[in-house]
Amino acid sequence: MMHFTLAPLPSCAAQACWAVVDAGITHGMTGEDPASRFIRLLTVFLLAMWVGFEVITKVPQRLHTPLTSGSNAISGITVVGALVVAGSLQSGFGTLLGFLAVILAMINVVGGFVVTHRMLAMFNPKKK
Amino acid sequence: MSSHAWINVAYLTASMLFIVAFKLMTSPRTAVKGNYLGAAGMAIAIIAACFEKPVMHSVTSLGIWPLVMLGIAAAIGGVIGGLMAVRYPMTGMPQMVALLNGFGGAASTLVAGGELWNMSLAARTDGAAAGLLAPWTQFAIATAFTGLIGAVTFWGSLVAFGKLEELPQFKKAWTDPNRHLINLGLAAATLLLIFGVCAAPHWTILYWLLVIVGSVLGCTLTMPIGGADMPVVICLLNSYSGLAAAAAGFVIDNSVLVIAGSLVGASGLILTAIMCQAMNRSLVGVLFGGLGTTVAANANADDIYAGKVKSVSAVEIAMLLEGADRVVIVPGYGLAVAQAQHAVRELANALEKRGTTVEYAIHPVAGRMPGHMNVLLAEADIPYEKLREMDDINPTFPETDVAIVIGANDVVNPSARTDPKSPIAGMPILEVGKARTVVVVKRSLSPGFAGIPNPLFAADNTLMYFADGKKAILDLTAALEKG
Repeated sequence: MMHFTLAPLPSCAAQACWAVVDAGITHGMTGEDPASRFIRLLTVFLLAMWVGFEVITKVPQRLHTPLTSGSNAISGITVVGALVVAGSLQSGFGTLLGFLAVILAMINVVGGFVVTHRMLAMFNPKKK
Repeated sequence: MSSHAWINVAYLTASMLFIVAFKLMTSPRTAVKGNYLGAAGMAIAIIAACFEKPVMHSVTSLGIWPLVMLGIAAAIGGVIGGLMAVRYPMTGMPQMVALLNGFGGAASTLVAGGELWNMSLAARTDGAAAGLLAPWTQFAIATAFTGLIGAVTFWGSLVAFGKLEELPQFKKAWTDPNRHLINLGLAAATLLLIFGVCAAPHWTILYWLLVIVGSVLGCTLTMPIGGADMPVVICLLNSYSGLAAAAAGFVIDNSVLVIAGSLVGASGLILTAIMCQAMNRSLVGVLFGGLGTTVAANANADDIYAGKVKSVSAVEIAMLLEGADRVVIVPGYGLAVAQAQHAVRELANALEKRGTTVEYAIHPVAGRMPGHMNVLLAEADIPYEKLREMDDINPTFPETDVAIVIGANDVVNPSARTDPKSPIAGMPILEVGKARTVVVVKRSLSPGFAGIPNPLFAADNTLMYFADGKKAILDLTAALEKG
C-alpha cells in the first residue's frame, strides 16, 4: 500500500507517478497493469483530439449551430458507461446512479440527434 | 473471437462512424448524412454496451430483467429528449443545446460516481478490485476529473439556460467585486479535493464533496458572463461535456467514450476560438472579464443621442425603399424574439418583385449561439445564398442604398472601431454606416447586451423606426405594396 502525505506539490506529483507505476506492478486485473492501461487510453485520447482538430477546421457559419447540437448528441456517448454501471447490478446505490445516468444521457443523445436533423432539414430547399 | 473482442469491434466501428460524421458535418451538402452516421454509431455503441461482461453477468443470474430495466431507463430518456427536440422553437435552440449539454455532463458524473461506489464495495472483498482502487491509479485520477468536469458542465449549463430563457433571477449578470476571490477559493478547494480523491479513492464522500464544490464553481463561473458572450459559453460547455465523457471513458476503461468525448471536446474548443475571434475577445476576457464598465458608459447615452435621433414612419421608409436598387437586411436577436423572420421574408419578396436586390448580412455572433441566425432565417425559407457572412458583405455596404437593421445593436455599433475604451472595442462589426441610408427598426433607444449606447442611432444617415419588430415589418410591407 502507498502511504500518502500531503507533501508540497512537486514531490506529490512525483509520488503520484511512482504510485501509478507501483500499483501497476503489484496489482492488475486483466493482465494489463493500470499504468499501461492509462497510457493506452491517453494515447487514444490525444490522437482523437488531434483528429478532431484536423477534421473540424473550416466550418461555414451556417453549420455552426447544427455542428454544436450534433456534437452535443455524440457527447451523450457516456450512455455506454451508464448502461454498464446500471446493468452490472453490483450495488443498489451504484445501480440507481447508473439508471439516472442512462436517462440523462439518452435525453442528450436522442434530443441532440433529432434537433440537429430538424435544423438541417430546414437548410435543404424543399422538393416540390 | 471472444465476445469481448466483438464488443470492441462494435466500439471501433462506432468510433469510425463518429469521425466520419464529424467530417461530413462540416459541409452543407453532406451534413444530413453526417448526422445519420453519428446516430448509427451511437446505436451500435449502445447495443454493444448491453453485451458487456458486467451486464451479461447479471443477465445470466437474473434473466432478462436487467435488460428490461435498462430499456425502461433508455425509453424514458429517449422520449423526453425526443419531445424536447420536436417541441422546442428554433429561437430557443441555444437554451435547448445548453440543457442537453448539462444532462450529458451530469450523466458522466453519475457514471463515475456509480462506478466508484461499486468499486469501493467490491474492494472490501475482492483483491483485484482493491488493486484498481489503490491511490493514484488511472481509475482514481479519472474519477476525480469526471466528477469535477461533469458537475461544472451541468450547473454551468443550467445557469446558461436560465440566462437564455431570461428567467428573472438571471436577468442581471453577477458582478460581485469579490467574485474572483470566491472563485479562487473554490478552485483551491477543488484542487485539494482532487488530491483527496486520488489519494484515498475508497472514501467516496470526498468524491461527492468534489462534485458539490464543482457544482458551485459551475454556477459562479457562468453567472458573471453577460448575454453577449453566450455563444462562447455554449461552445465551451459543449467542449466540457465531451471532455467529461472522455474522462468517464478512463474510469470504465472504454475507448469509444474516450474517442467520441475528445472529438466533441476538440470541436467545442474550435468553435469557442471562432466565436472569441468574431468578438475580438480573449477566452480569458470572456470568462473572467464581466462587463464592469456598463454604468459609466450608460451615463453619457443622453449626450450621444440628444437632438440627433431622427424618427420616421413606415410610409416614409416605404418611399425610400421604392427608389432603392440594393437593400441589405441586418437581422439581430431582436428579430428572432419578435418572431419576425417570416415577416422579413415577405418584405424581401415585395422588394424583389420591384426588382430590388435583397441580401442579408449575418454577423457571426448574431443570435445567441454560433450560427443561430442562419437557422432562424432558414426556418422562414430564406434561401441561404442570400445570407452573406460578415467579411463577405462588409465591402459592399458603400454600394448599398438602404441597410435595414432589425433588432441588432452591438454588432453594428461603430464604437467598436472608434472608441478604444468601449467594452466592445475591437469587435468586428457590420459596417452598415457606410450604406447611403440606414434604417434601424427598434422599440426604443435601450442598449443591447453590452449595455452601451450606439452612436449609429444618432448618425446623419440613420433613420430610426420605433416599433415592435414584427409589426414594423408588416406595416412596412403593406406601405410598400400600396405605394
